[in-house]
Amino acid sequence: MQSYLEYLDQHGSRFLDGTLITIQQTIIAGLLAIAISLVVGLMKLSSHKVIRWPAIGYIEFFRGTSLLVQLYWIFFVLPLFGITFEKFTAGFIAVGLNLGAYGAELVRGSIQSVPRGQYEAALALNMSPYKRMKRIIFPQALLIMLPPWGNLLIELLKGTALVSLIAVADLMFEAKQINGSTFLSAESFGTALIIYYLMARLVISPAMRAFEKYWAKKMGRFANHA
Amino acid sequence: MLEWKWAYSLEILPRLLSAAVNTLIAAGIGYLIALVVGLVFALLQRTGVRPVTFIVREIVEFIRSTPLVVQIFFVFYVGPQFGIRLSPWASGMIAIGLHYASYLSEVYRAGLDNVPKGQWEACKALNLNPVKTYFRIIIPQAIPPSLPAMGNYLISIFKDTPMLSVIGVAELVHTATTIGTETYRYVEPYTLVGLIFLAISLPAAFGLRRFEAWVARYFGMTK
Repeated sequence: MQSYLEYLDQHGSRFLDGTLITIQQTIIAGLLAIAISLVVGLMKLSSHKVIRWPAIGYIEFFRGTSLLVQLYWIFFVLPLFGITFEKFTAGFIAVGLNLGAYGAELVRGSIQSVPRGQYEAALALNMSPYKRMKRIIFPQALLIMLPPWGNLLIELLKGTALVSLIAVADLMFEAKQINGSTFLSAESFGTALIIYYLMARLVISPAMRAFEKYWAKKMGRFANHA
Repeated sequence: MLEWKWAYSLEILPRLLSAAVNTLIAAGIGYLIALVVGLVFALLQRTGVRPVTFIVREIVEFIRSTPLVVQIFFVFYVGPQFGIRLSPWASGMIAIGLHYASYLSEVYRAGLDNVPKGQWEACKALNLNPVKTYFRIIIPQAIPPSLPAMGNYLISIFKDTPMLSVIGVAELVHTATTIGTETYRYVEPYTLVGLIFLAISLPAAFGLRRFEAWVARYFGMTK
């Protein structure tokens, strides 16, 4: 125990630096994933093939291959086509694009599970398609999709650990470096695992649950009903 | 601007395909471990013994909310610190098996919870012991509704095997990187790896959907 405290004292600041990078990656990739899933999820619901098919292609492609393969491809292969990203950028782009494909399916599924009567009522009230989605359908769909989004954001946090493999100095990367210089593997990787766990359990899960509760209340239903 | 070299692609393809076999083996072994350990996790959570339930629940939560790649490093590097030396394959299989066991335990849990209460009561009325109750009555009914989710995790585990490359398991991504460093050409190896993944996981996902429909019909479940 004593030696672990010494270990933390010595390397704590590096873990902290890494954690900050991981948080940045998670937030940026998360925003990207949310934006993509809204756009692609709605595109997949379109009745026009020209709009629907690219969305299907996107989802199948990014869900059909590994995040790691996508990351390497973006970082090592795209530059040869003249598109070069900095490693930090390549990291959140890969994570965001990948999780966005999963999110798009959540968006599509939840919009489809809003009862049909709601569409019909909105139509009967002569609402424009935009207003129908924004005022009637999406708020209800959001209530349905929030719990799985909580899980998806934890997957996203976990996904960011892969950016260490293209040398982004995130939490995982720092743990690996410290392990390399101290050979204290249990301490190095164990500490990283605990920090990831705390971020998931003490930040993402409670925040999502709070948002779920807030939204359910706003929608005028009981939280446990959703 | 780069060009795609067909001759080179054909030259490296056999190596990548044999690596793909390794990937499939890794996914298969990992999945088998996950199926068994996941069931153990699920059953332990139903023992009703408070400390056991609590500890297993926390372990499952911990494994589920931390990155697999860190777990792989942990299993691989922590052993030697205490004098246990595991091969990359062994540690990779343990890590990936445990990771997915925690996911599958949730699937089993949902399946077990969905078995109607009357089935339990009937077992009690017939004086079946707990082993018989679970293995003859409850689990056979819990499995069919869980099959789709279980199949999804099989595909997920397949897509997560590239993470084993970080400790030197010669699966697809590791082989592609090796080829890349030998020849200084990364376009073909990484692109081919992506295509191989698509070539396996898309038909697998399609097959899974067919299988789901068949399961629903065969076991007379209505969606």
